This record gives sequence, C-alpha cells and structure tokens, in this order.
Amino acid sequence: MLRLPPFTYYAPARIEDAVKILADYGPDAMVVAGGTDLYPNMKRRQFEPKIIVGLRQIRELHRINGDAKTGVTIGACVTLAEVSQHPAILASYRGLARAAGLVANPQIRHMGTLGGNLCVDTRCNYYDQTLFWRQALGYCLKKDGAICPVAPGSQRCWAVTSTDTAPVIIALRATLRLVSPRGERLVAASDFYRDDGIHYLNKEADEILTEILLPPIDGLKTTYWKLRRRGSFDFPVLGVAVALAQEGERCRDVRIVTGGVNSRPMEMTEAERILIGERITPDLIERVAQAVYRPVKALDNTDFVPLYRKKMAPVFVKRALRELLGWPIQETPDGHTSAAG
Amino acid sequence: MADKTPFSIVGKPLPKVDAWAKCAGETIYADDLNLPRMLYGKLLRSPHPHAIIKRMDTRRARALPGVHAVITGEDLPIKFGILPVSQDEEALAREKVRYIGDPVAAVAAVDEETAEEALKLIDVEYEPLPAITSIDEALAQSENRIHEYNKVGNIQKAVALEFGDVEEGFAEADYIREDIFFYQGSTHLPMEQHAAVAAYGPDGKLTLWSSTQTPHYVHRALAKVLEMPPSHIRVIATPVGGGFGGKSDPFSHEIVAAKLSMLTGRPVKITLTREEVFYAHRGRHPVLMWVKTGVKRDGAITAMHFKTFLDGGAYGSYGVASTYYTGALQTVTYKIPRYKFEGMRVFTNKPPCGPKRGHGTPQPRYALEVHLDKIAEDLGLDPVDMRRRHLVDENSLTVNWLRITTCSLKACIDKVIEASGFRQKFRRLPFGKGVGFACSSYLSGAGLPIYWNHMPHSGVQIKIDRGGGVAVFCGSIDIGQGSDSILAYVVAEILGIRPEDIRVVTADTDLTPVDLGSYSSRVTVMTGNAAMEAAEKLKDLLLTVAGEKLEVPKNRLVAVDRRIFDAEDPERSISFVEAVQLAEARFGTLGSVGSYKPPESPGKYKGSGVGPSPSYSYTACVAQVDVDPETGLVTVEKIWIAHDIGRSINPLLVEGQVEGSVYMGLGEALMEEQVFRKGLHKIPSMLEYKSPTTLEMCDVETFIIEKPDPHGPFGAKEVGQGPLLPVPPAVANAVYDAVGVRIDEVPITPEKVLKALEAKARGEDGRYGPSRIPDVAFPAPTTVDVPPEWQPAIVAEGTS
Repeated sequence: MLRLPPFTYYAPARIEDAVKILADYGPDAMVVAGGTDLYPNMKRRQFEPKIIVGLRQIRELHRINGDAKTGVTIGACVTLAEVSQHPAILASYRGLARAAGLVANPQIRHMGTLGGNLCVDTRCNYYDQTLFWRQALGYCLKKDGAICPVAPGSQRCWAVTSTDTAPVIIALRATLRLVSPRGERLVAASDFYRDDGIHYLNKEADEILTEILLPPIDGLKTTYWKLRRRGSFDFPVLGVAVALAQEGERCRDVRIVTGGVNSRPMEMTEAERILIGERITPDLIERVAQAVYRPVKALDNTDFVPLYRKKMAPVFVKRALRELLGWPIQETPDGHTSAAG
Repeated sequence: MADKTPFSIVGKPLPKVDAWAKCAGETIYADDLNLPRMLYGKLLRSPHPHAIIKRMDTRRARALPGVHAVITGEDLPIKFGILPVSQDEEALAREKVRYIGDPVAAVAAVDEETAEEALKLIDVEYEPLPAITSIDEALAQSENRIHEYNKVGNIQKAVALEFGDVEEGFAEADYIREDIFFYQGSTHLPMEQHAAVAAYGPDGKLTLWSSTQTPHYVHRALAKVLEMPPSHIRVIATPVGGGFGGKSDPFSHEIVAAKLSMLTGRPVKITLTREEVFYAHRGRHPVLMWVKTGVKRDGAITAMHFKTFLDGGAYGSYGVASTYYTGALQTVTYKIPRYKFEGMRVFTNKPPCGPKRGHGTPQPRYALEVHLDKIAEDLGLDPVDMRRRHLVDENSLTVNWLRITTCSLKACIDKVIEASGFRQKFRRLPFGKGVGFACSSYLSGAGLPIYWNHMPHSGVQIKIDRGGGVAVFCGSIDIGQGSDSILAYVVAEILGIRPEDIRVVTADTDLTPVDLGSYSSRVTVMTGNAAMEAAEKLKDLLLTVAGEKLEVPKNRLVAVDRRIFDAEDPERSISFVEAVQLAEARFGTLGSVGSYKPPESPGKYKGSGVGPSPSYSYTACVAQVDVDPETGLVTVEKIWIAHDIGRSINPLLVEGQVEGSVYMGLGEALMEEQVFRKGLHKIPSMLEYKSPTTLEMCDVETFIIEKPDPHGPFGAKEVGQGPLLPVPPAVANAVYDAVGVRIDEVPITPEKVLKALEAKARGEDGRYGPSRIPDVAFPAPTTVDVPPEWQPAIVAEGTS
C-alpha cells in the first residue's frame, strides 16, 4: 500500500498552542483537522511536512452558535456531517447544509470538517497522482516541476478549486476568522481565495482558520448544485451556489458563485447584475444563465471534458434559480422534469 | 419450481460454504499472510511507455541497510506468458520497456518503507523510443516495433475466416446495413489488489500463495521461469477478493516474490498498490468494429461480415484468444447462414489487455445488438419479434461449427418483455424516457485448455472419514463466484448429506487434482461433472453395503438427509455414518476420483479452438433509462434480465452473478474508461477511475430460466459472465428510444449524448461514434466448409 511519510504529530488543546507550534516549526509544519485531504496527499508525496498540528482537541473549534437573525458562527473543526444536519443551518442556510452534505461520502463527512473543506487543496489530474506517476509525467508546476501540463504555454497553475462549501459561504457573504502569532484577522470569504492553483488561499502558512461567521440570513434563500460523475462520492467538477432574495416578483438581491471550475470560486457578477432589481421571468433566468458561460474556465484536468463542464454552468445556474423560485426544474414540452444535482 | 425437483440441496437458496468467514472478516487473503522472518518485495517500474534500457546499477540499493536482495531481468531471463503462442513477457524487463509500469527491477527488504527507499536508489538509464498509443499509430509505425516475434509491424495477430460465401448471402438480401462501433477499454477493479507470498524452504522446495484465478497456469510459469521441476513447486491460490479475469495470467510479482525468496532464504510478500493493479491490467480490450449484415424483409439474416481491431497493449496475454472471441459467438444467438470474420490485434505501449468478464465478446455483442436494433427500425420491424423469429435451433450446429445444445432464449425474451411492459413502453414513453432490448449468449467453459494436451480439464478427489466427514479436493479456486460451494452442494446432493458435513479443499497444487482455473465460465460445469463422477462412485459403495444390511435391492435405495433408506419403505434405513463404516470395513479406505473433459468440438479448422463449449447460456435484457436532454446524463432506472442457466444449483448465487454482471455491464455502458495520455494512465485510482458504486446501481429484476442441459451437472450452464453482455447494448438502444440519438461508442457519457443531440438539432445525423476503420489488409480468409445443414440448398429453404 501507499505509506505515509514519517512525521511528528502534535495535538494541542488550545488555539494559542497550535499557533505557537506552527510558528516554531515554520514551513516544516502543517495543520490537520479531519485529515481526509492532507493524508492522501501526503501518501502521494504532494506534501511531506515533518510536523503535523492536529486541531481536533481544540474544543472551541467544534462549536456552532447563533441563529438566522443574529448570524451563525461555525467552528472550523465542525464536521461536514454536523453542518449538513444542524437544525439552524438546515432551516436558514439550506444551501450550506446541502453543499456540506454533498461532499464525498458519509465516512469522509464524519471526519472532514468545514474548515478543512474551505481550505481543501486545489485539484488536477496531473497533480493528484502518486510520486511514481508524477515522475513518469516529469512533474508539474504545482509540485516539483517547471511547467503546467494542462496549459504548457502558461506561467501559472490551473489546478481547480474543489471545495463544495466555499461557493455557498461566498454567496452568503460570510467572514472567516484567522489566528496567527500576529493576532486575529477577519477576512471576507470571497477574499480568502486566489485565482492561482498553487497559492489558492489568502492565508499565511502560520495562520489557522478558526471560525466561519455567517451573517443574518436577511430573507435570502440558498441552494447548491453539484456536477460530478457519481453522486456517491466524487469531487465537484462544477458547483453552483445561488443565494436569492425576492421582493414580490422582483429580485432584491442575488449572488451566484461557481466552484469546481477555475482555480478559485468565482462570483458571477455580470449574471447577478442582469437579475438584481428586475422582475423575474423564465426568459430573464435564461439570460442570467447564459451570462455565466463566458467567465467559467474549464480545462482538461478533471473528470468530464472541459467544454461539457462549461456548457453545464448555465444549465446548473438556471436550475438552481428555478429551484429557489419554486418552479419546475426543467421545462420540456411534455412537462418531464428531472433533478440532477 | 425447485420444490418439484427430486433434489434436497440443488436448487435451494443455501448460504455459501465460506459465507460465515467472509461476513465475519475472517477470510485469510494473500495479503493477510504473515510468515516468520518475512521480507517485503517491491517492483521498480518503468516511467517510460517505450524505451531501451541502456544501463542499470543496483549497487546503491543493495547498500541500503535493511535491503536483502535486489534483482533485475538478468536474474530471470526466461520469457513466459499465458498462451503458448505468445511467451513474450519477462518478469523484469531486460532490454526494453513497453509500457509505463513495466517492471524492471525488484527489491526485498525488511519492510515496505525500506523497499520503497531502495527502489529510489536503483539507477536506470533509458533511451526513450517513440510511444505507440493507438490502433492507428500501431499500424502507421510499422518500423517502430514493440515486439520482434510477430510477423508484421505491430500486428500481433490477424485472422480471417469465412463460413459460406458471404457475397452470395449479401446478393440474396433485401436490405444491407453497415455500421461502425467502438467499445472503450476498462479494467476489472477488484476490491483486493494482487498479492503473493513466496517461501523457499531448506528442502529446495518453493511454496507460493497467490491471489490468482489460475494456480495451475502459475505453477507451469514458475517451473519454466525458475527452471525448477514442477514437483518442487507448490502453488496455493488464496481466496480471491475479486478477479473478473484480472488475475488469470501468471504475473511478474508472483515470479519475483519466488525468486527473491530463493535468493534470501526468507519468505517474501509482494502486494501491489491500487495504482500497480491498473498497470498490471489485462482488462477489456478497446475494440473498433465494423459490421455489415444482409437481411430479408422479415429480418432473417442472409450474411454477416464482421471486422474487429483490438488495441492489445504491450504484451500478448490472452490476446490471440481475445481476438478470436471478438468473432466467435456472433453466430450462437440468431441464425446466420454465411459469416465472415476478420480480426486484428495490435501491440501498443500501454498496459496489456486480456480477459475481462465476457472475454472479447461484450464488444461485438454491443455492436451486433445495436446494429440489429437499427436494422429493425430501418425495416419497420419490431426489434423483439425480429430477433425472436430467427433464433438458433436447439441441438444444432452454427455455421462456424459451434454445437448448440439447449437454448431457452425465447423463454428469456418473453419473460423480460412481459415483465418490463416493453410493448407498452417502446417508442411510446415521453421524450427523455426510453426502453431498450438486447440478447446474448456465452460459453459454459472453453472447450479447449490453454495449452494443448489430452488430460482432463478438471479433477476431483473425495475421501470419506469413518466418522462420516467428507473431504472434497479440487484444484478450482473460488473467486467469490461460489465454486467451493458448488462442489459441496453437488457432493452433498449425491451422497445424501448436508453441505456443512463437507470440507472443501481447493486450489493447492500439492493437495488437489488439477482444475484449469476460474475463467471462461467453466467451473460449475467442469468441476461439477467431475465431482458428480467421484461422488457417484462412492455412493455406489455405500448403497452396496446399505442394500446388504437392509436386505433391499440397491436400486430402491435413496440417500437423503444423512440417511440411506428404502424408497418403498422409508422406515428401513441406516445412517450415512453407519453405511460409511460398513463400506470401509468391506472395501477398505474410502476414496474416489472423478474427472471431466469437454466433448470434442466438431469444428476442425484453424481457429476453431476458440468458441466451442459444452453448452451455451442465453440472456435477454430490457433496460429502462432516463436521459436528461439538457445535461446528457443517462440514468438507468431499471434492468429486467432473464438468464437461461439450464439448472440453477443455487438460485442465490445465480442471482448474485446476474446482478454482478449487470453492475459491471452498466459501468462499461456508462462511465468506465481505461484511458491514457501519452502512454501514461490518466486516472489510476479508485477515486478517478469512474466505476459505479452500490449507490449508482439501479433496480434489477432477475428471472432464472431453467431447462436442464445434458452436458451440465444436474443440467447447469454458466452464469458468471453471460449476463453482462446484453446490458451495454440494451442501454444504448434505450437511450435511442428516449431521445432519438445513437451512441455507437461505449461508454455512453453525457458529453457524447449531448453532442449527438446537438448534431440532431442542427439537422445532422443524431449519432456519436467512430466514422472509419483503418485501411489495412487482412490475410486472405480461410474458407471453411459449413456444416451440412448450412449447405446453400438447405439454407435457401430455411430462410425464405
């Protein structure tokens, strides 16, 4: 079997201790919560930290506080299973519960955490391979190599954002709390991500994501649609989060955020502009959906052919909006409906 | 139905004899073995798809503490391979590597980590050669040869057979249609990775435990490569955690583990990683196919011409047989009076393809059944009736000399058509919903062994202890299909005892008589017949002594429920144990043997060795699908499948095999692809190689059709592979019924469906699939005289 490289594991009980260990060891250290992303990556030698700082013992990271009126705060080590089943989240932040519940499979959702999913490594099928495979390839920009085999002429890494929860968190205008030796800082979820497959987070190596702060729901309805080959456990190769607030027949506010394409979750601002303030009609929804086609960037480094993923973005945006509007998901001449997602 | 049979075990849904251990997690698989002083072996594999090995230096690896041995191809210079005609593999490549993953060196060390470190210290200098990664490249680059032993370029094998004059048949046709199809390659994906443990003793004898479907062939390969007498080698096949054809070859890691143990004097274990299993492969060949069929107005076939191009990968494996199989079984479902087959397998710089469930026949069956669906539509015929009217006759010969014994395909068709409501649904469901139909047939065991010999294909020994315990010895290996259980059921039925009274000892070349292995759906028929013969001999002894004791004529005695009694006066009885003791007193130690060899095939032409079987199973299938026209996603909602098994020895196991076959067929139909980029496997992991899970599995309604076949034990035929075959074409035909596009290329992915829908919307052909076959000449066909019933004069009457 593939074996883990040797490492020393620390299990601090307080955030301060975790921050200190991380600072002491510098680039040799990494944090781990559920381990469902980091450990497989370590077996493939994508990371070889000498020190692992486990966050599981830190109690305050497991808490969920607040409600829809005041906002909800979720500790970074709350598991995806808990997020998907928590009554307050299910009732008011439904899109987040849904996204968390669609990550991988039950085993992984019971180990994997919300914080871990928000920080999940970008993926690429030239990168998520064993050391032997990557050696046979000649390595890639993201690890040990000089070129990006996905786009050899390009100077950057095109690994794909693969978090299911980030698009919803961004659509909710959530804020993230980061702790480091320099103290705490709050960062808007949308500013947490960078359009770069390697440096995909605006987070320093010594910073720990501790909390996710959801604002009051304020009349927003949210959903998340996910494209993947198998509903049983695949990563997203397209994710669409939509948050919508209506005022009568008009759209008061809408946020449309994609995941599983590009290197970061992308807010589809042009599509949002078409809808905000307008009376919502099927034709308008169609126009909104078409507006996401251009900004979605899909390359040949995940499952499904890239053009197919790009073509599916408008379809999924349309369906997500129709779902939130309570309309039949799909209109066909004979009224046949279907619910992929 | 089972209740009406005179059997007490056969036909009953009993648990498998190994079910308890499996459920409790106590089955000992090869990787569970841990012997004292055991070392761990690892293989160094080529990172190049095609390269010359210029230099290899193992000194640094040998110097690493904890390393006990390092070997290269020079230590194992003798070539091997499953088929005598293609002994083209080396345990460790010597001069040249032919695919990414080809093993070149091996290490034995105190643990896996050290072995892994040692691999990094082996210096290999390669001179890369251009890689050949497709059928077209293989044919175009005839000077860039992957092997030297084949006659021409990279064509390993090209065959051409003609049975009757097909041109004459096409001239008689009212309608002729040609189609081109492609069936993508896929791998077996067993849960258990390959593993082997070798122990070479101070007595100079070698024992190899291995997860293999063919311990006898591994035994032969070890003897050859290690240059040891077979009598000094013992191969024990451990319980196989999934085979599906992927563990049917002798493998590098088995030979290497043996060699490392011989060099170190310590046991050595090698367990492949999941990634290495993708490189070991031997899976479904990608096959490009062209078919031309002439039919009468009622759909009666007048002639068929079938061409196949197999992308074989880097080595021979079973490939020559696979090539023939892509042409052999077209004739065993519908009457085909004239048939021409041309097949070609090329070498490419990819992991070798081999046998996967259905071996070489799912690809042409997919092509044939979709092709017939199109013909039916072209002629305005009902696709079910068209097929049903022209089924082969029982007790007949096909035009290519295959002997059909029983055929209950008509009953299978009627069952699934009725149960699925096909007639109410076909072409009548709303857009996006559809049903599709297909039939198939498969062999119940290959008629000929892998290597030419006159010995039995399966042997069984039975010994009875004076306490009443019965031990059954057979070389067969249970790969989950239940072959150990079948032995127990058959012997228990005949001796009138319970399966739990029987100890089954299998797959140990020192202890058990040869059985050729778990491949070609041969085991129930062949071991079952051998076991019957052995058990009947013992039963005769028991009835002799029981008859004497009870003073009843032998032919009035019945053995059931651990007793032997007078059928006319059941009160007159003795227990099984008492009969055993009387028999041992009378005849001495009780033991018997039985063996089985399939009937000789009537076909006598070159190439006639592939296709014959004691009997053929038949399957009919209806698939119902939902196709989302906006996303192209195909969801199979339900499968109705009826399988002609002859006799079901255990309906639970039969249903399990049918459902497993449906599952595997759906994986191939919808998503599985063994694909490469520049010779590098694109997705060698269980996460990214997309195979359905239980959650993707649809409802399956299985019908077991029983009509005993004279060649099977209690009338049984095969079920392990055949039910896979109609699934992909039934799904493809259902997709057409749902949204009106033809996907002539498996897997039927949403991208392909969408492309075909878009083409149709533009007013073009609503089809996705290949449009050409290579422009390459086949050899002149061997023209074979057809059986008397297919002589032209008779044919003309038969098809009018």
